[in-house]
Amino acid sequence: MLRYLLNRLVGLAAVMFIVATIVFVIIRVTPGDPAAVMLGPQASQQDVADLRARLGLDQPLPVQYAVWLGQLARGDLGRSIFLDKPVLSALADRAEPTLWLTLMSLAIASAIALPVGILSAVKRGTVLDQSVLTFSMFTSSVPSFWLGLLLMQLFSVKLGWLPVAGYGGPDASFATRLSHLVLPAVVLGLVNSALVTRFIRASMLDVLRDDYVRTARAKGLTERRVILKHAVRNALIPILTVLGLTTALLISGAVVTETVFGLPGVGSLVVSAVLRRDYPVIQGALLVIAAIYVLINLCIDLLYLAVDPRVRY
Amino acid sequence: MAIPIPASAGAERWQVVRLLAARKTVLASLFVLAVLVGAAALAPWLSPYDPFKLSIMNRLQAPGAAHWFGTDDFGRDVFSRVLYGGRLSLTVGFLVVLLSSVLGIALGLVAGFFRGADKVVSRIIDAMMAFPDILLAISLVAALGPSLLNVVTALGIVYTPRLARIVRASTLVIRELPFVEAARALGVPTRRIVTVHVLRNLVSPILVQGTFIFAYAMLAEAGLSFLGVGVSPDVPTWGTMINAGQQYMGSADWIMVFPGVAIVLAVLSLQLVGDGLRDVLDPRLRKEL
Repeated sequence: MLRYLLNRLVGLAAVMFIVATIVFVIIRVTPGDPAAVMLGPQASQQDVADLRARLGLDQPLPVQYAVWLGQLARGDLGRSIFLDKPVLSALADRAEPTLWLTLMSLAIASAIALPVGILSAVKRGTVLDQSVLTFSMFTSSVPSFWLGLLLMQLFSVKLGWLPVAGYGGPDASFATRLSHLVLPAVVLGLVNSALVTRFIRASMLDVLRDDYVRTARAKGLTERRVILKHAVRNALIPILTVLGLTTALLISGAVVTETVFGLPGVGSLVVSAVLRRDYPVIQGALLVIAAIYVLINLCIDLLYLAVDPRVRY
Repeated sequence: MAIPIPASAGAERWQVVRLLAARKTVLASLFVLAVLVGAAALAPWLSPYDPFKLSIMNRLQAPGAAHWFGTDDFGRDVFSRVLYGGRLSLTVGFLVVLLSSVLGIALGLVAGFFRGADKVVSRIIDAMMAFPDILLAISLVAALGPSLLNVVTALGIVYTPRLARIVRASTLVIRELPFVEAARALGVPTRRIVTVHVLRNLVSPILVQGTFIFAYAMLAEAGLSFLGVGVSPDVPTWGTMINAGQQYMGSADWIMVFPGVAIVLAVLSLQLVGDGLRDVLDPRLRKEL
């Protein structure tokens, strides 16, 4: 077990090293001078030269790479050019809406996927099953920003049930802020529920073929009890994997959804950084989000150990 | 994993076509795709108006007999623009599939066939998969500069690891099959074994995954254009049209509704075809159809 954990941590370090290298390369593939691109066409030669020096872009590439890795090892992600503060604190300032949005949409996606996926597996091959599959395919084909705009128009503008956009200002109460998250979370949850639904259905279909389900039926248990007590509990284990994948999808979706709904989260920070060519912020956000993804997947593998006694590493 | 169909087995191929044709959803999706591709290809002949022609007199007209999908804030005909937008959106999707297939097949074959390279390539694939796709794409476009070609390049790179992973997994299985051993025994050079014998048997998993990547790439391109980090807003793609129409939500919904419907139709059809292909090409599932 300890050996497994050590192995995983070494693998994780290797992956993060490659992630850091990819991020380094991405920013360096910019045609021309990144400093000139960041400052725009009106900047003077002197300003561009100053920024180059500040970002270390005047150093040879191997030196830049070594400096970059050294900074990362100290947990220093650099300084935002536009916001003029450390990238890490810029990300931390924007973390709250993104965190809540991701959690709420994960809850909504699961709330849709669990009953629908289970029912679809139990009623496999029926019209209900087919409709569920087609519907989940449909929701995953809708661009989230488009659905967001349509729902915003209906529920916020026409019916006035929910706030239109934003996050309720700096002194808004927790309840107000949550109310701003309802529509974005529904959009993200709905669009991403398809993957979870299909996964739950497949997982249930596997479990329903297992011997212990046959035994439970042979014992004369009611079908309801067989499904809920025996099958679902075991079918839920592989779903941990899909939750890891979904978190990545949700973070990706948050980039777009936060922009549609004007939420001041990490996603909209990245989009504005891209539009302003604030490269340190883009680099930092890429790294932190990739690290979160890798860590979540490690945690899920460890959770398997806790949840399923058959799994031994 | 989808099991390969030997290229020589013509009869088996026909069976695949017959099984696909027996599925109504796949047939309907292929029909919708054919209509969308046909409309995009024939846009210059089918468009009732010039999609770029400004007409202030006709701005924000509701859908009607003169303008089926209405007009936008510059008086341009939305129907004509949806047709022309389809050309670019579908082309982007197709080129992304092409690029990610070339890169993904190369990486996957190397990783799957040569054990020494596998460790390095697999780690790179893992690292690339750690980036959420839209985020990686907008960062790449930010670095490369916004243009249609760079959007294709960025998305092509983003979807490469998905294909590489599948090609690697399938190659690992195929490598151990008797016909590869036989080819080796006959003295066929490794390069030929990989590029001819192995690759030929990877057609079905690549076809299935390529269909899904086509769908995801179209959604991603629309997302990038919507965020304003993709192609220039003057270029009509379905994504840029939604972006331009959002400020007229409530007063002229049609500007953004129709391109959105076009995206949903294209992506849904592609996904249904991909799903059908997977079911038909994977014999484990086929028994249960």
